[in-house]
Amino acid sequence: MTDAPHTMSRRQLIRHSAWFGAAVGLAVVGGEVISHVAGTADAARVQGRPTLRFAQVSDSHIGFMGKANSNVASSFSQAIDRINNLGYTPDFVIHTGDLTHLATPDQFDQVKQMMTGLGTPHVFTVPGEHDSVDDAGQKYRSAFGAGTRGDGWYSFDIAGVHVIALVNTLNLKKLGRLGVDQLDFVAKDIAALPSDTPIIVFSHIPLFAMYPDWGWGTDDAAQVLSYLRRFSSVTCLNGHVHQIFSKTEGNVTFYSGTTTAYPLPHPGDGPAPKPVTLPAAQLRDALGIREVSYTRGQNALALKERTLQ
Amino acid sequence: MPGRHQGARVVLLAVLLLAGCSSPPSQPAPSVTFGSSATTPGMPGMSAMPSMPRASAGSTASATGSPAPVAGDAVSIDNFAFVPATLTVRAGSTVTWTNHDEEPHTVAASDGSFHSPGMGSQGTYSHTFPTAGKFDYVCSIHPFMHATVVVTQ
Repeated sequence: MTDAPHTMSRRQLIRHSAWFGAAVGLAVVGGEVISHVAGTADAARVQGRPTLRFAQVSDSHIGFMGKANSNVASSFSQAIDRINNLGYTPDFVIHTGDLTHLATPDQFDQVKQMMTGLGTPHVFTVPGEHDSVDDAGQKYRSAFGAGTRGDGWYSFDIAGVHVIALVNTLNLKKLGRLGVDQLDFVAKDIAALPSDTPIIVFSHIPLFAMYPDWGWGTDDAAQVLSYLRRFSSVTCLNGHVHQIFSKTEGNVTFYSGTTTAYPLPHPGDGPAPKPVTLPAAQLRDALGIREVSYTRGQNALALKERTLQ
Repeated sequence: MPGRHQGARVVLLAVLLLAGCSSPPSQPAPSVTFGSSATTPGMPGMSAMPSMPRASAGSTASATGSPAPVAGDAVSIDNFAFVPATLTVRAGSTVTWTNHDEEPHTVAASDGSFHSPGMGSQGTYSHTFPTAGKFDYVCSIHPFMHATVVVTQ
């Protein structure tokens, strides 16, 4: 476990716990990391199909040319193959941003074309700051913004679960930012929902303060989380930090996902969040995708982290 | 006694196997419902469009900045920092930023007066400051990077 960079050593976990409060326990079983908040995935397995199951992929950084990964397109292809070989068809796939490295039209074309190879009825995306480098997300919205609201946010319902896609990478000052219009959208969007509706929120930058010195937080997240306080089950999924991490605050559990491109340092490890170059075998273990499933009657979602193989 | 426990375990296993066989995961996939939006956000995956061709893996060129100008005051971007953090120039000077990091960076004035495109590794960006003033700026990708250009008469 110590040589797998995406999992934390016990010491690191203790260190993180000291900073961030209670961390969710992670167990490594046969190369997959399974998180336990409450309940288990095993119950769902015995009962057959979960109520909802989907996959998360993140931070493909198509166009990246550095030594930390000499072929990010190939890694992203492997991630797509991994999702297509889960043994079932995910109800949808989310890409939590940094689809591209520099938000060029060619990079958007390439990543969009690659994602048409995902074996799922729906692919949902949110932009990362790399997808909105110099135009506040205009090129991103040309490629992926059809049917979205405001600057690219939206929500939908599936299998009794309410899913909200938020954009927090535009007009950055220091941290991620949702902005008044988007906060207003969320307040209205959830107003009529019963409090026992399971809520899933996904965004690029974490909605919790994972490491504000590197911009790993969202400055008006507290506002949106206050709207969600009355719901019994809230799960927030994000990318951006290129590593697996989770944290529970009251009714909300946050899960940072890994990347398909290159790892970043653990919070505060070194002067800056620079791409980390690993030997090829270790790189494959640091990259991955995530399976998420929800079974009606259980508050917590079940997550499985899968490395690229 | 150990024999009895073993027997119980075999029965339990049989029940689980039976449960697995008798309730195959045959429920239909749930459908997605959108609120007031007429168009469906996101894009269909392959399951929705079975005839879509698979994309082949390949690499694409990354954007770099404009060619480096020969004259002017320089700011270097190293290790996620602008160096120098405060640069003082005369009005009319052209300042050139060069990104020495592997990661892309931008130069974005806090007052909106200038904003570079994404500068890839070794990319450059130049801006001319016609009038005196103090110009704070950040990298819009990594906004914890911030610095200042002071322009004197």
